[in-house]
Amino acid sequence: MNDMTPIATSPKDWETDQEVRWCPGCGDYAILKAIQRTMPQIGGTPANTVFVSGIGCSSRFPYYMETYGFHTIHGRAPAFVTGIKLANPDLDVWLVTGDGDGLSIGGNHMMHILRRNLDTQILLFNNEIYGLTKGQYSPTSREGTRSPSTPFGSVDHPAKPCAFALGSGARFVARGYDVSKNLPDVLKAAHSHKGAAFIEIFQNCIVYNADVFAEFTDKNNANSHQLWLEQGEPMLFEKGSRGISLDHDTLQLKVVDVEGGDWQNAGVIVHDVRNRAVAHMLVEMPFGPFPMALGVLYDDPHPTFESAVVAQNRELSEGRTPDLQALVSKGQTWMVEKEPREN
Amino acid sequence: MATASHEVTPQEAAAHPPAEAVVVRFAGDSGDGMQLTGGQFTLSTALAGNDLATFPDFPAEIRAPQGTLFGVSAFQINFGSTAIETAGDAPDVLVAMNPAALKTNVSALKPGGLIIADSGEFGDRNLAKAKYEANPLDDGSLAKWQLMKLDISALTLEAVKPFGLGNKEALRCKNMWTLGLALWMFDRDRQPIVDWLKAKFAKLPDIAEANIAALNAGHAYGETAELAGPMQKVSIAAAPTEPGLYRTVTGAESISLGLVAGAQLAGLKLFFGGYPITPASAILHHLARLKEFGVTTFQAEDEIAAICASIGASYAGQLGITSSSGPGIALKTEAMGLAIMTELPLVIVNSQRGGPSTGLPTKTEQSDLYQAVYGRNGDAPLPVIAARSPADAFDCAIEAVRIATTYMTPVMLLTDGYIANAAEPWKVPDMAGYAPFPVRFMTDAPGEGETFMPYARDEKLARPWAIPGTPGLMHRIGGIEKAQGTGNIDYAPENHARMTEIRRDKVLGVDVPDQDIEVGEAGGRLAIVGWGSTYGPILQAVRRARARGIDVSHIHIRHIWPLPKNLGELLRSYDRIIVPEMNTGQLKTLLRDQYLVDCRPLNKVSGQPFMIAEIEDAIANGVGDGDVPPSATQLPEPKAMNP
Ligand SMILES: Cc1ncc(C[n+]2csc(CCOP(=O)(O)OP(=O)(O)O)c2C)c(N)n1
Ligand code: SF4
Ligand SMILES: [Mg+2]
Repeated sequence: MNDMTPIATSPKDWETDQEVRWCPGCGDYAILKAIQRTMPQIGGTPANTVFVSGIGCSSRFPYYMETYGFHTIHGRAPAFVTGIKLANPDLDVWLVTGDGDGLSIGGNHMMHILRRNLDTQILLFNNEIYGLTKGQYSPTSREGTRSPSTPFGSVDHPAKPCAFALGSGARFVARGYDVSKNLPDVLKAAHSHKGAAFIEIFQNCIVYNADVFAEFTDKNNANSHQLWLEQGEPMLFEKGSRGISLDHDTLQLKVVDVEGGDWQNAGVIVHDVRNRAVAHMLVEMPFGPFPMALGVLYDDPHPTFESAVVAQNRELSEGRTPDLQALVSKGQTWMVEKEPREN
Repeated sequence: MATASHEVTPQEAAAHPPAEAVVVRFAGDSGDGMQLTGGQFTLSTALAGNDLATFPDFPAEIRAPQGTLFGVSAFQINFGSTAIETAGDAPDVLVAMNPAALKTNVSALKPGGLIIADSGEFGDRNLAKAKYEANPLDDGSLAKWQLMKLDISALTLEAVKPFGLGNKEALRCKNMWTLGLALWMFDRDRQPIVDWLKAKFAKLPDIAEANIAALNAGHAYGETAELAGPMQKVSIAAAPTEPGLYRTVTGAESISLGLVAGAQLAGLKLFFGGYPITPASAILHHLARLKEFGVTTFQAEDEIAAICASIGASYAGQLGITSSSGPGIALKTEAMGLAIMTELPLVIVNSQRGGPSTGLPTKTEQSDLYQAVYGRNGDAPLPVIAARSPADAFDCAIEAVRIATTYMTPVMLLTDGYIANAAEPWKVPDMAGYAPFPVRFMTDAPGEGETFMPYARDEKLARPWAIPGTPGLMHRIGGIEKAQGTGNIDYAPENHARMTEIRRDKVLGVDVPDQDIEVGEAGGRLAIVGWGSTYGPILQAVRRARARGIDVSHIHIRHIWPLPKNLGELLRSYDRIIVPEMNTGQLKTLLRDQYLVDCRPLNKVSGQPFMIAEIEDAIANGVGDGDVPPSATQLPEPKAMNP
């Protein structure tokens, strides 16, 4: 069991015989394809891979992956993943969740899996809506979202998934979107990070929240509104004509124009995935005045929870033989030699 | 109660109360160390060969304001030279470390019983806090008892003077002084306590020595005071017990040990997910120290995460176990449904406490039977086992693991606050006598053109356990209804009906031993039917009644679900059935529902265990000709429940 020798697979090897039941045009299809394309590239082994999800359209995901799969209960996937990984740290465990599943009912578990830094890939499909329950607004819906439960527009402030993750102590935070050709690269980076890797994937719910991300995902908007981050590269967008810089007076990010490719002169920041302070600014960067930061925002590995647990278990069992008879006989004991009555 | 079976002789049973048994209650402020005193007194009593049962009763507050009525912590022990089944109804001796302890406990004391009071604590302030208008030690209000006033505080300070402790620290030794006196009274060896103090305060030798000096001083005080006053040395002979090695055990300990033993017998590593809650936390604490037995403990962020992580561990091939109490069990309910649906082994330990909601966190009750048997959405059956005593909990835990792994099902193990905290002598089991029940994971990959059937079934209706990492057996499970065999999602009406039946039949088919009779025989005038920790008082009450010639038998049910196959017939063989429970009648309802038998409830929901006398009264009424009249503790019962 747990034969880790990588075997060559093709995307087809990762498809199940189950009929995929998302609405036609749903962004989930593209994400499924991206993952099935990624698995062979990372040398994954189906028998050693587990997909675990909560409840929601997104959480149907495991049924379509020819791996071990566990479709659990609403919001609790992080807890199942923790038990699985502690029981068998050799498994490659992927967690699929939605904005409602992962940040509403399951927000608490999400916080704890991130702070514990359990080695897993967390894919949060953010469609800013509750898809499966027919379109109510979600914790990531923008203010004013009209939905069956907010017919006059929602009034609460949305959560920012990547800011939440970083605030919870995540050591890897990335963003991508369903139809992006770069999504497999983001997934690969997440997989090669040892620890909890959090990826927010913007996903178009064509039925209940169509095109909410079109402002940056639309072909016409991509150049001007997507900032793809690359380790060691300047934060440039709009074909290098604009960039992200730090305003030294306010200590806040600002968009600057880059003349003739001279980004140094414009003060554009070079992306360092280990810079947590900048990561905090990137995840908070308001879309509109700023582009959408995509790719690996932060990646700074740290010892993982399961390895610490295993190490402690091993250290404390070393040199001790588990003797059940001795265990039950522990403490202060006394011997009754014969029935006292027989005296 | 020693588990070693000892047949009580008629003379023993006739004794009322049993000959040579003494009940002592230590009561003091929660800061006075009464639980420690009681625990150490228990140990020395066990070492002296007495049978015993204890009842620790402490406040919910960690540090309740000093001297207040709600800050009183008490520890009762019943020990004797005969089989002891309960912590005793009324104490013979009450040690009261302050006015509040006296006030809250004295009414329970037997008429003529002995009060040992620390007069040094009966100043105006403490009297006022206990709402005494006059000092009860002086105003004659305790006349129906024997009173021993000792300035324990001053005597302790005197004894520990050479160690130069501060006043506060010195007074902390009061409990050891009191223990020394109690050891003298009952002729107990001091050495084990001295050893224990040295080990406990190994890093603080001064404190150890001061405590030992206080212990010795209390003992010496007894010796010199013997000539005068009501205090007398009592010698209690060893109780008849089966020869063998003994130790004391609390329910929390024996459950932890039983779970570890069960996992070893199944050949599995144990994963325990828990979240702190009284009185369940002790199991987490015990297991956290047993890593060399392949135990991983995980303190989760809440009870939901605790059970979900445990299910995840079971899914990945370990034995998942979770444990909680009242509100925490409620939180786990949805996940239990998933374990039922995905048919994964899991043990859920419920240390019941008074409810609903936060209820009585530190008091005992057995009011989660409905929740255990019925309390989930959908038709969601799972086996339920109830432990009757600290020692019995060991075997119950092993049984829970056996059923969970043999039938691929979650199992609920019910215990309660009383069992969890109480200590009793336990004959150390011979582990070689337990048959292993090794688990076999599915490893055979399907042949060419075949597909793996994760929902195929064996003769027990159990499905295969195929764990991630196994080549060729990749499959998907979840909470959605699935097709028989393939386990693929299947909403078809007839499939759901069939799967519901299978889940029901699998649990009903669990091999549960036939119900035996504790005392008495099949058929007759009256049966007292109990479950869980009411075992002791019922057994003792039935023995006493039978000694008086009353036709009454005691049946105690361990397997709450499924019920033993012969139970219906057995119950129908009695003219009357009374079901004493620390709830409003939950087993009663279950038995009525399953067998249409006219069970009568006897209920107590005060957070305290039954007294033997309460059950004796019910027996006396139950064999009368009229209806069972509602007793003081019995709730009005709707009429015409049964055809
Ligand atoms: C305990 C519980 N509460 C509520 C639901 C109903 N429910 C199912 S999915 C869902 C929201 C899913 O939203 P999201 O996680 O964003 O997933 P999406 O469908 O958008 O992919 C809700 C409320 C449930 N299944 N379980
Ligand atoms: S409701 Fe929305 S998210 Fe769900 S499957 Fe349909 S399009 Fe996709
Ligand atoms: Mg959603």
